[in-house]
Amino acid sequence: MKTQPVVDFPAQDEKGPAMKGADCVVACLEREGVDVVFAYPGGASMELHQALTRTKKLRTILPRHEQGGGFMAHGYARATGKAGVCMATSGPGATNLVTCIADAFMDSIPLVAVTGQVFQEFIGKSAFQETDFFGMTLPIVKHSFLVLTAEELPMIIKKAFIIATSGRPGPVVIDIPKDVQQKVFEPVFPAQVEIPGLKPDPHASDEVLRSVLKMIEGAKKPVLYTGGGILSAEASNDLRKFARATGIPVASTLMGLGAFPPDDPLSLYWFGMHGTVAGNWAVCDSDLLICLGARFDDRITGTVSKFAPDATIVHFDIDKSEHNKNKTAQYPIHCEIGYALRRMNELVESGPFAKPDLSAWYEIIKDWKQEHPYPFSYKPNEKYILPQDAISALYKQTDGEAIVATGVGQHQMWAPQYYQFSEPRTFISSLGLGTMGFGLPAALGAKVAKPDKVVVDIDGDGSFLMNVQELATAKIEKIPVKIMLLNNQHLGMVVQWEDRFYDGVRGHTILGDPTNIGSPDNLDGIYPNFPEIANGFGIKSRRVYKKEELEDAIAEMLAEPDEPFLLDVLVPYTEHVLPFIPQKKSAKEILTE
Amino acid sequence: MRHTISALVENKFGVLARVAGMFSGRGFNIDTLNVGPTHDPLYSRITITVLAEDETQLDQAIKQLDKLVNVIEVTHFDSSKSFVARELVMLKLKADASNRSEIIEIADIFRAKIVDVSPDSIVIEVTGNANKLRAFFELIKPFGIVEMARTGMVALPRGYKAED
Repeated sequence: MKTQPVVDFPAQDEKGPAMKGADCVVACLEREGVDVVFAYPGGASMELHQALTRTKKLRTILPRHEQGGGFMAHGYARATGKAGVCMATSGPGATNLVTCIADAFMDSIPLVAVTGQVFQEFIGKSAFQETDFFGMTLPIVKHSFLVLTAEELPMIIKKAFIIATSGRPGPVVIDIPKDVQQKVFEPVFPAQVEIPGLKPDPHASDEVLRSVLKMIEGAKKPVLYTGGGILSAEASNDLRKFARATGIPVASTLMGLGAFPPDDPLSLYWFGMHGTVAGNWAVCDSDLLICLGARFDDRITGTVSKFAPDATIVHFDIDKSEHNKNKTAQYPIHCEIGYALRRMNELVESGPFAKPDLSAWYEIIKDWKQEHPYPFSYKPNEKYILPQDAISALYKQTDGEAIVATGVGQHQMWAPQYYQFSEPRTFISSLGLGTMGFGLPAALGAKVAKPDKVVVDIDGDGSFLMNVQELATAKIEKIPVKIMLLNNQHLGMVVQWEDRFYDGVRGHTILGDPTNIGSPDNLDGIYPNFPEIANGFGIKSRRVYKKEELEDAIAEMLAEPDEPFLLDVLVPYTEHVLPFIPQKKSAKEILTE
Repeated sequence: MRHTISALVENKFGVLARVAGMFSGRGFNIDTLNVGPTHDPLYSRITITVLAEDETQLDQAIKQLDKLVNVIEVTHFDSSKSFVARELVMLKLKADASNRSEIIEIADIFRAKIVDVSPDSIVIEVTGNANKLRAFFELIKPFGIVEMARTGMVALPRGYKAED
């Protein structure tokens, strides 16, 4: 029988039986609730892999390139909000993770990267596969550890997960020399760890929050500018409530997509270089711009001085280093986003709060939405399948409920234009760093995290080829992602810029044979042959280029929920992503054709 | 303008590299740098002086510094804060019997110490804030400085804050 203890004792440290350092790492990962690691072995990390074979609680997925593993962990983290874990050996294994770490840093994604390191006695001796990974990753990590004594492992791993997931999330590197992995010792698993430099989440005072509500009461043209911080804070519902309670239109960044439903009358969907006209113009003309968890990136602001020039800017962020970084905010508020929204919702409810009459503002926005059909529009082509057609058809056939990952380029912009995301964590894309090759591995990671969801990698032929080896992971690890390849035989986004700013001179942007460029009209020139590549990996595929076959082809791609599938959609390279605010221009100079 | 920034950090390897990286990555040249453990061996204090024209950039660097997991606290000693700052400098001068006494005289005025003398050289130790050191260098330079080593500025806020 158990009775309630009289005193609440603090959680106690727990002593484990004697084990190798590598087994201790695995035990620690299990304690952190990790259920899958994406790990590629090598000399300095094989101890870890041997330990991974001895656990039943953890699934180990073998990518075919460390970068693939890193992006799988990233996709997993994006889809769940939990830390994604990837593992690689020392030297080249570790350096192959660098892009993934930089990517997670830019998009504030919780990623724990465990790397093997050479024996400590060889560190600094230019040993085989040795590189100073701790030093190399310093500017792109939230934090990093080089483990010098095995006894520190439990404490360090616990800290790593806290750091990666708390506050503004980010990547953490744990570099573990081989002798530490081999050391046999009795680990002590700490119940709590102290991280003196990690500050608790900041909360704004009621006085400050009331002053924001006061500004809202007096605003004529307010806009909420919402970013990835909403997703990190899991505050989508709080945002929806706040927007409806105050009546303020919502313009999202791509990072914040899904936090607010695009079909809501208050939605301006997403704005920025290729975002909606209404969204860009509303932000530009706003008199009160309330930014929640976004960072005034150049792809959002264009020329900073012309960005929302007449607005009073209120900037809520958990990270005060974002305040006044790119654009001066008159009211920088250092506060956790979830708290800010919940508390403001409470203050609105308890009152007094006079919801502003924004009917004139709604009329203006409505006109914009009619003038430039909302959210996006394009001219269909009679003959060819356009990328926009394919994405719209996919949207319809998946009822808008799929998780979509993308590579980088035109397709990355068309995907969120024509696939409308109404739930958080369903659009997974490399937005800050813009890493080509991200789509397939990120989709694989997301599918592992959410096996019941349809996961589609909308990719371009350039991006797809950069991590094409992960088709093997999809097949062998039985991860049934769908790949919809928008194959235009060019680096489409660069081509678009060449067309507009460089007289169409092709600076190495043709991906096939430049003397015989493939297209829907020239099937012989199509290079490489993606269906044959898929076939080589044992993955079903289909090529489609006739308009009337598109719907059927997408249906075939989606038909077998347990099979990965590659749909090679041949599209003309002549389409441009529109609207388009050229670099260093203002929202009002948006190009719509 | 010269800025003095003091960071209380965890006394661990890699911390200095992280702190220095915050400045180098933004194109700031660190003018002086001092690192040493505090009375609590778990913590060290890093004092940095940088020349920065773009104050918003510097403000960014300081906020980023504060974000580092190993950094406990950052203080930016600007003109609005009352603080004491000192640096220790050692310099070797060319000196022989003909000008030695003149050098010692100047050193005395600045309460500098003669820590080594040889037939053709003299080593002086001088402590002070940036202004005092500048004045001292001005007077001593004509004698011919052979070598110089400096600790970098260290700074602490004053206990009594008259302006508060």
